[in-house]
Amino acid sequence: MAQEKLKIATVSLAGCFGCHMSFLDIDERLFELIEHVEFDRSPLTDIKEIGQCSIGLIEGGLCNAENVHVLRNFRRHCKVLVAVGACAINGGLPAQRNPIPLAAILEEVYHTNPGLHNGVIPNDPELPLPLNKVHPIHEVVTVDYFIPGCPPSADTIWEVLTALLAGRQPVLGHALLHYD
Amino acid sequence: MSKTFTLDGKTIPFKDGQTIIQAALDAGYYIPHLCHHPEFKPHGSCKLCTVVVSGHQTASCTLQPAEGMVVESETEQLNAERRALTQMLFVEGNHFCPSCEKSGDCQLQATAYHLGMMTTHYDHFFPNRPLDASHDDYLLDLNRCILCSLCVRASRDVDGKNVFALAGRGAQTHLIVNARSGRLADTDFSATDKAAHVCPVGVILPKKRGFAVPIGERTFDKQPIDAYVDSRLARKES
Repeated sequence: MAQEKLKIATVSLAGCFGCHMSFLDIDERLFELIEHVEFDRSPLTDIKEIGQCSIGLIEGGLCNAENVHVLRNFRRHCKVLVAVGACAINGGLPAQRNPIPLAAILEEVYHTNPGLHNGVIPNDPELPLPLNKVHPIHEVVTVDYFIPGCPPSADTIWEVLTALLAGRQPVLGHALLHYD
Repeated sequence: MSKTFTLDGKTIPFKDGQTIIQAALDAGYYIPHLCHHPEFKPHGSCKLCTVVVSGHQTASCTLQPAEGMVVESETEQLNAERRALTQMLFVEGNHFCPSCEKSGDCQLQATAYHLGMMTTHYDHFFPNRPLDASHDDYLLDLNRCILCSLCVRASRDVDGKNVFALAGRGAQTHLIVNARSGRLADTDFSATDKAAHVCPVGVILPKKRGFAVPIGERTFDKQPIDAYVDSRLARKES
């Protein structure tokens, strides 16, 4: 009987999906990967609810209440949680709003600037509430591994994934470790 | 016969008056450092260059070696402490490498790579620090300042201008510009100053020039920081 495949879940929180695109840049190595793993909740499968997984890949930081909820749910369901990319690690581009008070940002976008939502700050209960500041994910849950980069290269992501699947510590040497 | 000490078991010659780090860099041996610059007097503030001498930790940029001294630098313990110091520098400021013109040429970033820093680990301060774009040729982005004081030393000791100073104490320490308005434009700072060219991070940046060298082809993209020993040292013919 074939060995049961490990389950991987992925999500983009306050990110741009660039890290997911870079992940897809492993190209034909995807075929090798799916010999060993099965994708659970992920934009790649469109599965909405996460099941028990071995590895969770988190792209993006936390900019609203839903991000926090999804992150905590991933932590509960994944044995190993990996922060993928600059935004998950330090807030990245979305965190550029942090020095500006949230009220001032909403004011500028919806009241001062013309043409947006008829000058009313959206308040639908379906909309997740923005956090006061954008936070990296390690400030909210325990994170087991980090893959820096904006985005991390496909080779970098591949090194970490193959290391985890082989049960060894990932090693990112000079060629694979970049913050930009 | 010149005097020598040992650094991680390697024999390092030194001249009287040299510090441990000066002798080590001259001998082609890298010790992580940020506030040390080969052309400037020691400041001893960043503590990245901390080594162990006779069981005691000390900054190698301020201690002069003695004959036969045994110095340890590349140990797991010291690099773990250096990594923690580097992580603190990252969370205390706003260091967003992907949007920084200095990325790839940055001593802080390259040192973090050398130390294998995968995460900033601590909670981020996300401080609200000003950007001064008043000067015609140079801009100051204080979000990235690590208080190494190199611009202070360069402006005072080389340019004779005292354009910069560190003000405040402890966690409130910050870089200021010596003008009543606090603006760089209201000083005699110029693009030819030494102070315009010593910032190890992306605070003091030339205007009207951006990404002239693409990301991926910059100083520390080509080689890790320890391979240069110090990229600001005059290259020696080998």
